[in-house]
Order: sequence, then structure tokens, then C-alpha cells
Amino acid sequence: MPYARKQTPIRRNKNTAVKAYLFLAPSLLGVAAFVLIPFLDVIRRSFYEAMGGRFVGLKNYQTVLTNEAFHQAAFNTGRFLLTCIPLLLLLSFLVALCIQGLCGSGEWFKTIFLTPMAIPVASIVLLWQLMFDEKGYLNQITAVFHMSPVDWMNGATAFYVLVFSYLWKNIGYDIILWLAGLNGISPALYEAARVDGAGRWQCFRYITLPELRPTVFLIGVLSFVNSFKVFREAYLIAGDYPDSSIYMLQHLFNNWFVSLDIQKMSAAAVLTALVITTFLLVVQHRNERNAED
Amino acid sequence: MRKKLTFLFLLLLSSVVFLPLLIMMSSSFMGTSEIIKHYGAVLIGTGGSVQFSLIPEFPTLKAYLELLFDSPGFYVMFWNSCRQVFGILFGECLVSIPAAWAFGRFEFPGRKALFTLYMVLMIMPFQVTMVSNYLVLDKLAMMDTHWAIIMPGIFSTFPVFIMTKFFRSIPRSFIEAAKIDGAGEISIFLKIGLPLGLPGILSAMILGFLEYWNAMEQPLAFLKTKTLWPMSLYLPNITTEQLSVAFTASIVMMAPALMLFLWGQSYLEQGIEASGLKE
Repeated sequence: MPYARKQTPIRRNKNTAVKAYLFLAPSLLGVAAFVLIPFLDVIRRSFYEAMGGRFVGLKNYQTVLTNEAFHQAAFNTGRFLLTCIPLLLLLSFLVALCIQGLCGSGEWFKTIFLTPMAIPVASIVLLWQLMFDEKGYLNQITAVFHMSPVDWMNGATAFYVLVFSYLWKNIGYDIILWLAGLNGISPALYEAARVDGAGRWQCFRYITLPELRPTVFLIGVLSFVNSFKVFREAYLIAGDYPDSSIYMLQHLFNNWFVSLDIQKMSAAAVLTALVITTFLLVVQHRNERNAED
Repeated sequence: MRKKLTFLFLLLLSSVVFLPLLIMMSSSFMGTSEIIKHYGAVLIGTGGSVQFSLIPEFPTLKAYLELLFDSPGFYVMFWNSCRQVFGILFGECLVSIPAAWAFGRFEFPGRKALFTLYMVLMIMPFQVTMVSNYLVLDKLAMMDTHWAIIMPGIFSTFPVFIMTKFFRSIPRSFIEAAKIDGAGEISIFLKIGLPLGLPGILSAMILGFLEYWNAMEQPLAFLKTKTLWPMSLYLPNITTEQLSVAFTASIVMMAPALMLFLWGQSYLEQGIEASGLKE
């Protein structure tokens, strides 16, 4: 039956799609109901007035973009991201290299670096008090060098306490990612280079670094995602209105939420979503291009 | 020499990372008077400075007994945390595993676009989806109930992303063989997908547990009634109200996460690695 044989692949394709969508249905419906459809509503609201529902065009966006608190928060968030993400990437890379260099005995260190993930945020704050308070451990250490005591968590140094918290919490996660990248490099490459007389540094410079290029982008993205969660520490350390050096977009959103300022929130949510989506798509595009090279 | 230096560097850095945990452990075995003596300067403002000690002078289990038998509030919060976290994880299993199976097993029109959408949603911080969540929860009258935490959590796309990676790596030949034996799609999913994808499922669940056990943003935004609060929000209060059990409460809250760690570290690592691999 040549006719039937011709039909089969098409029918099978259609069947596959039906089956796939059946498996996907519960998740897709839920995501649509809880995220996608309400987000469309948020986009709509961002163009309307709170009361009366009059179309106001870009006015809400203008309000947000000219808002002073927004400037401060956006600046702080940017500063925080630009400080801690490069630091985290470098530090975790260094540690991953060390762990890999130790071979088997590095396993223990991996576990230790991962434990901060399990420590409740609230306990971290208690511990940070002991460390960074005016009468805390850190000042006892600095006193040895005849420095006057500082209240680290209140004032401009709060920013660095937050950077430290972020590094401390996320270093394990990134180490695992780096190690996965390092172990993914084929040993044959190194062997070939060594036969050609390449030294340790040359191997590192011309094999390890270029091979890790896609990994860097991905770890960067994930570190970015995790950086938003630092709000927990910031919030517990200093509450709704912390020192102005750590007043971040997350605080601003939270405070707008508490005062039910839906208009500002909608416009700001749409803006943030746009920035993040663009960022991800650009990274993904670059990655795909790199993979083709 | 090189190895020794590396080892020393790691030892130094890891002790900085590990020290807070040690302080917490040892302090949880201290009596109230010892806690005040050591940490009173910071926590309640007695004079002097904090004193460093890694071994309690008079180790006691009193704080644990007080917490477990004499703090009704703690029980309520612990139970709230369990309900919310396991509610989410259970729902995620029902919803995300089939979805990940669809992405991992089938090629179908719209697959790439949908998967990219899931990835975008995965990296959105809570603050962006907060308004949308609020609008739905308000409409469904779920605000200020456990459901306000559970429902949005169930439809998080992160576990789908992780598990898809694992399902993708199941060899096609296994599935083809089962098909020839006459197995239907459902039984292929149950008999091949689930057992072979189990490491992926466990990884996603462990990462999910760590995430929601410490959740603060969602309960802070969606729960007004304090008796519904999970431990993550309640713990800071306990520190100021009942100094004697502050460290002990931290340890008890941390215990499940830590045990999960010791039991499932390899799954955790696989999960983290999967979150980084390209599609």
C-alpha cells in the first residue's frame, strides 16, 4: 500500500505533537493562568490610570523613570551586580581550579563550600550581627591594627556586608558549575598540547580558558538570577528602609507593593521583564554563535 | 609544594565559609547565661564586646528542650513551613514531571519557543511576577492562605528545565525497544521515564526544597496573618523574643536541609550542573 506508507510519517508527527501537548497541558495551563495571562493584564494596566481606568499612554512609565527612589534603587542594584558577579566568578573559578588540582581530596572542600546553601537566611542575620556589629568580632580583629570600631551593617559599609553575604552563599553553587565545565574539557587536548611541548601556563591560556567560554556566560546568567535573592539578607539585616547604599529595586518593589501602588509596579515590572528577557536572549544568541564557530 | 599551598589556601577559605556554622552549632548547646555572657553585648546591649568561643563551657540541652516542648509558636511555624514546602514539591511532581517528559522526549512544533519561554520565566526574579501573582491570587480569593504560597510555586518552571535535561539523556533505543514490545506512551513514561529520570527528579526536588524552605519574598508579600507564616519569617522574631533558643531554633530549622545535603549531595551537584548545561 504505497498510499498508506506515504501517510504514516505525517500522521505520526501529528500524533507526537498531540501526545507531547497532553503531557505538557497541566504545566502549560498553570503557567498561563498564574503567570502569562496576569502578566498581559499587568502590561495593559501599565498604560492605564489607577482609578477610572483612563488610557494614559506612557505616563506611568514616565512616573517610574523620573522617580528619585527608582534612580537610587536602580543605581544601587547595578552597582551591586557589577561588583559581586565578577568577584564571585573569579573567586569561584580560582577555588574550582584548586579543587581540581587536588584531585580526590578536593571532594571535602566542595561539601564545605556548599553548606551555606543550607543555612537559613534568618540565622545568617543573627551570625552577621555577631560578626559585623559595632561590638562584634570583626571590630575586635580590626582593633589589633588600631582601627576604630565601625558599625558595619549601618552606614555605607552595609553594601560590602551584603556583597560578602552574596559571595559566601553562592560560591559553592558556582564552584560546582565551574568544575562541571573544567571536567568537560577533553583530556586529549591537554595530552596533544603536552606532546607539542606546551607548559602548564600555555595549556591554561590556550586550552582551558577558550574551552570555558560558553561556561562563563551560563554561570554569569545564573549568578545574576541568584543575585536577586540577596534581598532576603538585606531585608533581614535592615528591614523595609535600609541604609541608602543597599536600597535596591527589590526594596522599592516591595514598598510599592505594600502601598498597593499597582500602576507604578506594573510599569516597573514590564520594564524589568523587558531588560531581563533581552539580556537572556542576547546571551543565548551569543552562545549559539560561539557554538557554531 | 604546589599541592600543599593549594591545600592551605582552600583550608583557609573554607574555614571562613564554615566558621559561622560552627559558631551556631556550639552556641545551640549553651545555657541562657552563657549566651548572654558571650553575645549579650551585641544581642541585648550589655556592656563590653562579644566573646569568641567554639566550645560551650557548660554544654546543655536545655535550649533544645525549651524549643521543642515549651514553644508552641515554633511548632505552628514549623508545621506551616512543612505544609507550604511539601505542598509545592508534591504539586511540582504532578505538573512538572510530565511537562519535562514532553520537552525531553518529543519533538513537536512550538517546542523551541515554549522552552525558551520557560527559561525566561525561570530567570525572572520574584519581584517582577509579584504583581501578576497578586492579581490572580486576589481574584481566586487565595490571598492570605497557604495556597497563596503553594499555587505559584507549583508552576515554577525551574524544575521543568532541570528535569528536561535528564530526560533528554535517556537513550532513544530504550524507548524504541519498549515501543516494539507494545508499550503505550503512558507506560513508557511510567516504566522508563520515571526510573531513568529519577536522579533529575531528585535533583530538582532538592534544589526546590532548599529554595522554598528559605522563602521570604512570597510569604512576606502574600501572607498577612502571622499564624500562617513559615519559619523563615518567624525565626528573626524568635531571636529578639527568646534569646535562649535563638541558635537552637536555627539549628532545628537547618537540620532537614543539612540532612538532605548529606544524603543527596551528588543529586544536588547533578542538579546544579544541569542548571548550567546548555539546551
